[in-house]
Amino acid sequence: MSELDAGTTAGRRAARPLSPHLQVYKPTLTMMMSIAHRITGAALYVGMLLLAWWLIAAASGPAAYANVEWFMSTLIGRLVLFGYTWALMHHMLGGIRHLIWDTLHGLQPTERELLAMATLIGSIALTLLLWVLGYLAMGGPR
Amino acid sequence: MKGARMSTPARRVRGLGAAHSGTGHFWHQRVTSVAGIPLTIALVVIVISLLGRNHAAVVQILGSPLVAILTLLFIINTAYHMWIGMQEIILDYVHEEKWKLVSLMANTFFVVVIAFASVYAVLKLSFGV
Repeated sequence: MSELDAGTTAGRRAARPLSPHLQVYKPTLTMMMSIAHRITGAALYVGMLLLAWWLIAAASGPAAYANVEWFMSTLIGRLVLFGYTWALMHHMLGGIRHLIWDTLHGLQPTERELLAMATLIGSIALTLLLWVLGYLAMGGPR
Repeated sequence: MKGARMSTPARRVRGLGAAHSGTGHFWHQRVTSVAGIPLTIALVVIVISLLGRNHAAVVQILGSPLVAILTLLFIINTAYHMWIGMQEIILDYVHEEKWKLVSLMANTFFVVVIAFASVYAVLKLSFGV
């Protein structure tokens, strides 16, 4: 009872200082990569619909599969797929970075910056590489 | 500091957090992220190798044991990983009790439906009919 009432005045919450939110800080690369990790994670969450659609279409038959192939060949489909590829690579590399930090390595200021930069550059490079491989697998752009 | 309690009452922390479960999810998120690295690489290789192939070839390859097993592992591992991740996002941003419960429930429904639908599709590709 008493501990539940602590910090309240007349049944209402007393005005307490709140920790400032993100916008009061000067943007830094590590901060941006942290935000990007969460955003790409949320995007991949929704993107699992694409994998489900693709698998269900393949299991349903040639007509359903043709629909997926058609959508993926449109400009919008290509952009979604490109974004999905980048999000997947960025989230994977960002995750590896977090696993490195979990071992208490790479936490020095220069190391943090280096890892954040490596995540960004690596994700872009891997995305481009995968798309080159993808187009090669299809026998050139169509 | 008369009357102030610096310690948290045990009943409030024993097995309870904002999600009404313990810290197990923190560890499970690490386990699924480690597993997710090889499984993601496997899925990317599978998808690229299927690009441009016709439906019959895609069905045959997706239904072959190694490819099907890797795809199933990717689906199950990713489903659990993204369920924990979205729950964490919800708990960070949704504070109103009613909407918190609704969104936590919606998260579970979405993940279960996506996972079951995807698993079913792979099993159908593997065993036919």
